[in-house]
Amino acid sequence: MNTRQQSKLIYSWYGKPLSSDRKLRTSQYKGILITSESTKTETCIQLGDFILVEGVNADQPYVAQLMDLYEDGAQHKRAVVQWFCRLEEIPQNKRKLLKREISAQEVFFDQILGYDTDIAAETIIKSIVVLPLHLGEELPIVTLNKEQTFYVKQSWDGKCFKVLSPDTFSKLKEANKKKGVITNSSKAFIPSDTFTPVKKETETVLCSATKTKNADMEMESKHSASKSSLAKDRHSQRVANNDIKTPTARKKLELNSPTRSKGRLLGCEVLGLLDDDCDAIAPLKPSATKRKVKFTGDVLGSPPKIPCSNDKPKSTSETAKQHQSFSDTLRLSPYTKIKDCSEKDKNLHEKGNILSPVGYQKPSSQSPVMTPRSRRTCAQKTSALIAEQISLLKSYGKLAAEEDVLSGSDSSYSSSSEEEEDDDVPCTPEKKTKSSRIFSTPKSSRKSAVHTPAKTLKKTGTPRTPRNATPEIPRRLQAAQEPASVLEEARLRLHVSAVPESLPCREEEFQDIYNFVESKLIDGTGGCMYISGVPGTGKTATVHEVIRSLQQAAENDELPPFQFVEINGMKLTDPHQAYVQILEFLTGQKVTATHAAVLLAKLFSTPGPKRKTTVLMVDELDLLWTRKQNVMYNLFDWPTQKHSKLIILAIANTMDLPERIMMNRVASRLGLTRMSFQPYTYKQLQQIISSRLKGVKAFEEDAVQLVSRKVAALSGDARRCLDICRRATEICEFARQKRAPEIVRMAHVTEAIDEMFSSPYVNAIRNASLHEQIFLKAILAEFQRAGVEEATVQQIYHHHVALCRMEGLQSPTVSEIMAICSRLGACRLLLVEASSKYLHMRVRLNLGQDDVMYALREE
Amino acid sequence: HSHLLELLKRTTVHGESNSALIIGPRGSGKTTLLNHVLKDLREMNQVRENLLEVHLNGKKNPFLSGLLQTNDKVALKEITRQLQLENVVGDKVFGSFAENLAFLLEALRRGNRSSSCPILFVLDEFDLFVHHKNQTLLYNLFDISQSAQTPVTVIGLTCRQDILELLEKRVKSRFSHRQIYLMNSFDFKEYIKIFKKQLSLPAEFPNEAFAQKWNNNVQHLSEDKTVQDVLQRLFHRTKDLRSLHLLLVLAVSAVTVHHPLPTAADLQEASRQHSSDSRANIVHGLSVLEICLIIAMKHLNEVYDGEPFNFQMVYNEFQKFIQRKAHSMYNFEKPVVMKAFEHLLQLELVQPLERPSARAQREFLLMKLLLDSSQIMEALQVYPNCPTDVKQWAASSLSWL
Repeated sequence: MNTRQQSKLIYSWYGKPLSSDRKLRTSQYKGILITSESTKTETCIQLGDFILVEGVNADQPYVAQLMDLYEDGAQHKRAVVQWFCRLEEIPQNKRKLLKREISAQEVFFDQILGYDTDIAAETIIKSIVVLPLHLGEELPIVTLNKEQTFYVKQSWDGKCFKVLSPDTFSKLKEANKKKGVITNSSKAFIPSDTFTPVKKETETVLCSATKTKNADMEMESKHSASKSSLAKDRHSQRVANNDIKTPTARKKLELNSPTRSKGRLLGCEVLGLLDDDCDAIAPLKPSATKRKVKFTGDVLGSPPKIPCSNDKPKSTSETAKQHQSFSDTLRLSPYTKIKDCSEKDKNLHEKGNILSPVGYQKPSSQSPVMTPRSRRTCAQKTSALIAEQISLLKSYGKLAAEEDVLSGSDSSYSSSSEEEEDDDVPCTPEKKTKSSRIFSTPKSSRKSAVHTPAKTLKKTGTPRTPRNATPEIPRRLQAAQEPASVLEEARLRLHVSAVPESLPCREEEFQDIYNFVESKLIDGTGGCMYISGVPGTGKTATVHEVIRSLQQAAENDELPPFQFVEINGMKLTDPHQAYVQILEFLTGQKVTATHAAVLLAKLFSTPGPKRKTTVLMVDELDLLWTRKQNVMYNLFDWPTQKHSKLIILAIANTMDLPERIMMNRVASRLGLTRMSFQPYTYKQLQQIISSRLKGVKAFEEDAVQLVSRKVAALSGDARRCLDICRRATEICEFARQKRAPEIVRMAHVTEAIDEMFSSPYVNAIRNASLHEQIFLKAILAEFQRAGVEEATVQQIYHHHVALCRMEGLQSPTVSEIMAICSRLGACRLLLVEASSKYLHMRVRLNLGQDDVMYALREE
Repeated sequence: HSHLLELLKRTTVHGESNSALIIGPRGSGKTTLLNHVLKDLREMNQVRENLLEVHLNGKKNPFLSGLLQTNDKVALKEITRQLQLENVVGDKVFGSFAENLAFLLEALRRGNRSSSCPILFVLDEFDLFVHHKNQTLLYNLFDISQSAQTPVTVIGLTCRQDILELLEKRVKSRFSHRQIYLMNSFDFKEYIKIFKKQLSLPAEFPNEAFAQKWNNNVQHLSEDKTVQDVLQRLFHRTKDLRSLHLLLVLAVSAVTVHHPLPTAADLQEASRQHSSDSRANIVHGLSVLEICLIIAMKHLNEVYDGEPFNFQMVYNEFQKFIQRKAHSMYNFEKPVVMKAFEHLLQLELVQPLERPSARAQREFLLMKLLLDSSQIMEALQVYPNCPTDVKQWAASSLSWL
């Protein structure tokens, strides 16, 4: 799948233009031929085929179905496709809507309108197989072509998953079948009832009876060939592990069951064709609906068809059991017909199984007549839906297990196992050896059936250990207590983490950013915005709010959908890690930083067909600074690329960051869209607090005002404001234990503010020991004497001794002085040199002389 | 204490995130306080355990010491280990620092207030974490504590009063500014009480009669004048309780079978040992020649006002003294004096100004004396068998005139 190796590919049209529009100078084609120069191989891709399209991620090309091919006026080869999306393309938060595990092989029928379905034909890589499945079915065990087979179960329209509508299901199936035929016989052109213009041509081909016959013969042989190969394949599988065998057979039942009546009918269309051929009475140009009707008629009125179906005589050595089995399948199908492919179906199915032994004899008389027909049906279907049968393996294994466990009675158990035996036969009708093998050793097969439940149970029972285990903090074992009192409630609301419904006082900024991103989203272009402001002014919160409302709008289809990626400079260990994180957000790959940079550059510089707009929020931008500034350069360069669809919201603290640290070329790419968040004024802070406390009467008005005025005067940091309020509630609560004021008053707030803003130094000095204080005095004296704010310990020591003499204290030794000095140094009241200099160590005060004087004078 | 207890209780019970700093000088009992609170808290949890039988391990206590975690990388690994997240990772090899950080953040982001188990981060020697590059760890921890993720409480222990100024502005903004200052704010009376409490035997002591005797003795000691003097001096010097412990250990170690009770004299002796000047002690052990050299240096210091000197100057000074005055001193040869000088250098009583280089001659390396003149005089007073003329010379550099 390496696209780089396939760079030498030549794309040419297959066949002549089907129709051309003179005015627009476009012409449509039915297929495209991809010729690889290096290997000289030609691949033909037809309309309706499933293809891989080059995408963002080289390892994961997009999956699509080819709907139309045309050449436009400028001689560019274009293709119209129906997208399928992989799990990786679905946003993380939506994945949980699925409520089930998704394998890498599964894709979703894409119904998002935003994507460009018109792509350049050169982006097509190769054709693949996409098989529709029902929701309840498990993915099959893929034996071959693992890389190129995908399964589709549900459709995805950007908001929710839906079960495939029968219409799309049938379309997909049909396309699939056709594809199978084409790959089988590349030359023989098998007609099908598509709505493409190809129809006419192919149908004319059909007209000539001999030709059709030939084709049919060829097809038949191909079918048998494939079948036999499949049978062999399966046989080997069977030998390998017995427990898979039974599900294979059981799956057959499901195939017959008309829960997917459409699919079945479609599958039968080929059969119908064959019938036509045999009878030579069928209309040559039957419409699809007609044919369906006809076929159902066939089923109902199968007896008259006996002779013709007997053209291909089956083995006569079929036992009654085998007939029973067919009747069984036939009988079962009506049951399932009523039901959907949900769990109900399973239950009913089970019922059917239990019932089956009762009805064994009844239909046996009729069944011989039916057998060949149903047999052929089966054969046709097998060839058309090989992979699908395999795909059902697992689900049936499970089902069987369930049934077996549920069915308590012996009879029902045996019946189910018997049934399993029987079902083996129709699935490989051509392989008589196998059927005989089964019948000759019924015990062994029964044994296998007995084994089945245990094994399958085990299989499903063991929880798969996910490769990328997501770490999780152990859950707390006891529920967190809910706030009991008003104050606790208030404190909870005042916590910074409590996200308010709206951000008061940031409406203007909100609107500005919103408009910016919205306009870029609508235009589908890229752009940068630089947001600055001191810490705690709500920059990040506002951007998050904007994104949230934009996402809401996108969900309501008011805006094109977009991806949101957030990186934080502080949370990166290295600026280059930014690439890794962005790439991981976008594609889920984990690569090294340099490789990620290359991939991202490719991603943003090449036009992608299904590219969503990406909104990238870069928090703490200044930390992405490197000496060459290549990280910042790249970040701001991408939005200027034509196809990038990247919107960057860069956040940092300083207003003049672009001018200060960025090189000119980086700053110029950042553009001039700037916004600065002013620190909150006291009124705004007041509003913030009161909006958070709405409905809780915990604070006095004056108290709130005091806090907000105080904080606004200092920094305007909303976080600080909230912290003070929280502390005030605590103090209030503490005080309440004695008396009973339920409300935070001025006194509490003042206390909290004092606690937070009081200078620790004065307090520390006052609590220092006597000699420490004398030492500080000595320092002051020395400073005054020398006029320099620095002194050696020796000089201070002399002063200290002198001071001690004045106070009438015993003067300490030099060692003690050194101890005092280092203690004060540890508290950072003093700045001291390394102590190896001993007496010549220089000392400096870490706070103003006035502060020291003030602190010492108080005593 | 109650403040911190309340804070931690709220984290565990309500799942609230918090951050706090405990600031206090060395020996003011920061760690003791925290351990005490945690002990109380665990007891409460046990109470709850008995009641509800769910709170099995309510808390994890990653104790991070700044001295052990020299950078964020090591710290992160330690956190992961202590949170026992490794088992989740299984065989996944922990590659880069970046991966590690992303992993941990992811882990912490997953939780929410009500469901996940609250985590307490204790950062010992908090000031050392501040010096880590970009303060990444602190930013992230505080950021978690300020957002609706797994409830965490970050508690930093430090002795630096200016810790807040060391925090980067973004980190500072995220810190809740809850600071608990611990000060040794007791006065001398309380100090005596602490002394008594520390020294007296507990009630559980097996030999009750002896305990009674001992405690009575302690009571006597605390009222003794000399003991109070000793304690007063120590108290004036430092309020750190660890130094009191040191003093008491020294005193109590004098207790033997024959000398069962500590006396005031013991305490005085201990105090003397405790407060003796280490450098002066070294001077006691020097030879007369070395003392003479030191005296010469002292004179040089006085003459040139603290300017550095070299060996040649010291030797000349010494020669002057020998020639003019000394009758009791033997005139040593220059290499012998040099040897003595080098010994002083090794004892770090003299310190070279710059590294000795191969080119410069040893005689002319500039040196500084690391002793104060008062220390030298004091040492000379107690120096045994010191020649009188040396003493005279020491007292006055001009005495030989």
